[in-house]
Amino acid sequence: MVAAIDPSRLIACPMCDLLHSARSAQDGERIRCARCRTVLESSRPKAIDRTLASAATNVILIIGALFFPFIKLEGAGSRQNATLVDALSAFGGGLTAPLVLVVAAFIVIIPLMRAGALCYTLWPLRFGRRPYRHAARAFRFANSLKPWSMAEIFIIGVVVALVKVAGMAEVSLGPAFWMLVAMVAVLVLENHNFCRWTIWRILGQDSTV
Amino acid sequence: MDNLANTRTRQHGLTAREAGLIACTTCGRLDRAGLVCARCGATLSSRYPDSIQRTLAWLAAGIVCFIPANLYPMLITRTLGREEKNTIIGGVIELVNYGSYFVAIVVGVASIVIPVAKFVVIGLLVASIRRAWPLDPHARLHLYEITEFIGRWSMIDVFVVAILVALVQLDFVASVNPGLAAVSFALSVIFTMLAAQSLDPRLIWDSIEEGPSDE
Repeated sequence: MVAAIDPSRLIACPMCDLLHSARSAQDGERIRCARCRTVLESSRPKAIDRTLASAATNVILIIGALFFPFIKLEGAGSRQNATLVDALSAFGGGLTAPLVLVVAAFIVIIPLMRAGALCYTLWPLRFGRRPYRHAARAFRFANSLKPWSMAEIFIIGVVVALVKVAGMAEVSLGPAFWMLVAMVAVLVLENHNFCRWTIWRILGQDSTV
Repeated sequence: MDNLANTRTRQHGLTAREAGLIACTTCGRLDRAGLVCARCGATLSSRYPDSIQRTLAWLAAGIVCFIPANLYPMLITRTLGREEKNTIIGGVIELVNYGSYFVAIVVGVASIVIPVAKFVVIGLLVASIRRAWPLDPHARLHLYEITEFIGRWSMIDVFVVAILVALVQLDFVASVNPGLAAVSFALSVIFTMLAAQSLDPRLIWDSIEEGPSDE
């Protein structure tokens, strides 16, 4: 029986290992695992176009969020415009340095690397060309970075911090904050339009990947 | 071994491992053998190697870091010679005193309830796999998915501290510095995220089919 199985015509559920015969999802359809109900494949028309568009948008938004004013602070007779770059480079000694490193990684470096890796993987596929060298590695890298990109959590953090300093100073949010909010919205859309199994199948058609 | 659960899952057919195949969890490709996936280059394993052991190691590291995270101050504020130290719980209590109940609940849930719940759930999942407890695998998979999804949200308080430090550094009346807890809490969250990622969910289903595993 085992000898009769053709692996290329099967998929296994990543959550429970159950085998299913592989087929493409039709319009709007979601194929779920028969045992644990995990989504195995969903129909995502234009998955490549849309993922590429949101990744490129994210690169622009992150760079904008770095250099536009993030927060305006008025209080004690002084007035300040702070960008994220100011905030990240204003660290002193002691424990501030590791903290700033963690924050910079989670909200700037990792999202930027992820969006960059997605663009690199998907750009040639968009035009029906062969994937660039190491495209599989780049796409794997992008997927593994996903849980570590935390812009949405940072936004909640900003709001909590504003509540905490509400009495001490007049604080208003600048365009960079709203760029981060837009980035989170784009990420939600990207998640919705993204089916990594589909993209892997397209990447895998070229054996030189 | 729970025979009822056994026959119920049996109705669903063959797993990749029973068919002598290895499924790549990164790209979904199936292969008969090999160390590296031929399509995506990810390391291939039918089950993550030493999944339980790695999960327990990361979990232990997360719990160890959680202790100083609660004992030491998260935030040290100096205003005109006065020094104030706030722990995680202290920060929540302060928000309650200000009357910001909603924000207090958000911070309290993110920095106390979620981390503790994660320790308990990951511990429970590991124990249930090792001892083959006849718990509903669907419920356990659900717990696993929730844990994996929600763990990152604990980072809120770390971000709050970082923003306050940066904000107040622009001003000169007060000085705000992060305490030891800020870093150890961040590490605790990172370690428990790694613990959840090291746990192979496929083991949940194996344990009801094969009984106790010593892995």
